[in-house]
Amino acid sequence: MCMTLKIDQVTKRFGQFTAVDELSIEIPEKQIFGFLGSNGAGKTTTFRMILGLIDATEGNINWHGEPIDYSRTDQIGYLPEERGLYPKLKVKDQIIYLGRLRGMDKSSILSALNQWLERFNITEYLDKKVEELSKGNQQKIQFISAVIHEPKLLILDEPFSGLDPVNVELLKKAVIQLKEQGTTIVFSSHQMGTVEELCEYLCIMQKGKPIVHGSLKEVKRSFGKKNLIIHAEFDLKFLENESGVLGYREIPEGCVLQVESEDVSQTLLNVIQGKGFVRKFALEEPSLNDIFIEKVGESYA
Amino acid sequence: MRKFWVVLSQSYMTRLKSKSFLITTALFMGFILLAGQLDVIFSWFEGDDETQVVAVQDETDQTFDELELFIEESGAPFELEAFDEGLEEGQSAVLDEEYEGFLMIRPDDESYFVANYYTDQLINQSVQDQLMNALQQVRTLWATEAAGIDQEILEEIYEPVMFETVPIESDDGTTARSQEELSVARGLVYVMLFVLYFAVITYGNMIAMDIANEKSSRVMEILISSSSPVGQMFAKIIGIGLLGLTQIGLFILVGFYTIESQQDELVGGFFEVFGFQDVPVSTYVYAVVFFLLGYFLYATLSAMLGSLVSRMEEVNQLMMPVILLIVAAFMLSMFGINLPESSVITITSFIPFFSPLVMFLRVGLLEVPIWEIGLSIGILILSIGILAVIGARVYRGGVLMYGKGTSLKDFKRALTMSKKD
Repeated sequence: MCMTLKIDQVTKRFGQFTAVDELSIEIPEKQIFGFLGSNGAGKTTTFRMILGLIDATEGNINWHGEPIDYSRTDQIGYLPEERGLYPKLKVKDQIIYLGRLRGMDKSSILSALNQWLERFNITEYLDKKVEELSKGNQQKIQFISAVIHEPKLLILDEPFSGLDPVNVELLKKAVIQLKEQGTTIVFSSHQMGTVEELCEYLCIMQKGKPIVHGSLKEVKRSFGKKNLIIHAEFDLKFLENESGVLGYREIPEGCVLQVESEDVSQTLLNVIQGKGFVRKFALEEPSLNDIFIEKVGESYA
Repeated sequence: MRKFWVVLSQSYMTRLKSKSFLITTALFMGFILLAGQLDVIFSWFEGDDETQVVAVQDETDQTFDELELFIEESGAPFELEAFDEGLEEGQSAVLDEEYEGFLMIRPDDESYFVANYYTDQLINQSVQDQLMNALQQVRTLWATEAAGIDQEILEEIYEPVMFETVPIESDDGTTARSQEELSVARGLVYVMLFVLYFAVITYGNMIAMDIANEKSSRVMEILISSSSPVGQMFAKIIGIGLLGLTQIGLFILVGFYTIESQQDELVGGFFEVFGFQDVPVSTYVYAVVFFLLGYFLYATLSAMLGSLVSRMEEVNQLMMPVILLIVAAFMLSMFGINLPESSVITITSFIPFFSPLVMFLRVGLLEVPIWEIGLSIGILILSIGILAVIGARVYRGGVLMYGKGTSLKDFKRALTMSKKD
């Protein structure tokens, strides 16, 4: 695994307020890296620092061994959280301008643009003004503007927010394909499902600090706790007080337990033996959502 | 550098092709063309007017003929008509709009005659004035004749005095500006003042608007992640500056054409109408230099302020001080055009925001030592540099900053935002 984007002990303070606090992350090449965190956790600030839009108060960010400056922006794609295009410009002129700012020439921009429009099934928008497009379609255009120059490093700030499920799928596929073509992708989201689906590596940030970070498998393993799903035809309420059980949630068919470790499940299996009919007894990895809520919740307390 | 050109041509071309720009330019050019043809337009309407007639009842029986002669000589736009139906009839004829007015001349023992002019409109004084002049001439004629003075002697008396101002040559061979040169320079200064004033207000505002637009539509973050904000700021300033030159160039071209096309009626060509042919080349060079420096100074300031606002509506509010500055500079120079040697003008010709106008005025109207011009230009360039450095930093931070206020606090926030340490 080759570490290409290295965030080293980075702190960013705005006056008294600390937006990012001693963040150290290494983002592997040609992978999808997810940034999670509640609002104001410092994700956007981190992205802006990676891009060199604002400077870190302390620490360094290096990509291929050097900080990112304007000599290398042609290799970087950025989809900002606040979407923005020129409302009065036609889609074509817009993408041509933004593409030229990324060092492309007009003819290659146009051929790439047509391919992307076809892919998103919006070829008819080529000569439309951006303000005439729906929000979802504007977002697609915005996405195209971020990837048109085939960047080596792609930063997507909340790429899927505000899209319908069909378009989310469309965009996900595009992201996965870009990764397969060798693009390193960093993205932020608060949609846990998407992160779980796309990312091999992730980092959960809270108040500027990384509270969990590593590969998805590792994160889940080191979390330790597992989910135990039991569907049974008798009351399972008594399991709440068993040792090793951390959480209890009732569902129509039975309950979902959070258990301290795998071993607890076997004890519980013995406990419910003979109590009645058990339809389902399943030990599952915790979802990212569980981890997020638990970790972020902890730091709130 | 390539991206610099991309931004530059984008800000130039999109504006150039925009409908609002095309329409205002066309309107303005039409206006200039129309203004050039004003006399033609006036003549269309004048043709329809009936010749004005003033009724004259001459009770001295000897004034009318001579009066009519003098009126004709003076080329007054009305005719006289003898009238003998009395005051009442005359007045009602005026009210019926048969006549422009009614002039009653009665004999007088001491003063040859007494004239009363009856009219229903007092706004237009030109008829009265011309009648009075003509009557004065009649009276002078009679009085001199009565005194036995010959007409020729009279003409000699009124011969204008021979008076000429001769500039004294100084040791280095230069002379003070002659009267013609001065009025010419004054004309050039006027033109320059208006052009710079117009340019700063229009294009300064355009720059601030452009930046505020990119901020409010949030496209700015993509732009500054693609190329350096400072480069973008200057590309924008120069791009819009070129746009301004295009527009002003078009206006001058139309003005030039208008005057050339009327060359038969007017004496000489374009440059003579404004009396520009006598102006030394250096004055033109200074005009261009001060225009460009003035534009850059105000444009940089506008760009900096534009980067502080987050919404278009706030632009005007923030541009207010800039406009006040240029208005103050404009007023100063208007005052200075008649008193170029006053100490206020001398001092303000070194103060950055005033100097482009005021120093040019001094250069145009006076003999200013070269070191003073150099000093003024130096201060100007230095302050553009300082403003550019501050502006670039504010811009860098300001474009990422969104808030509702527009205050000094924002200015500081923008500076901390872009801080390196």
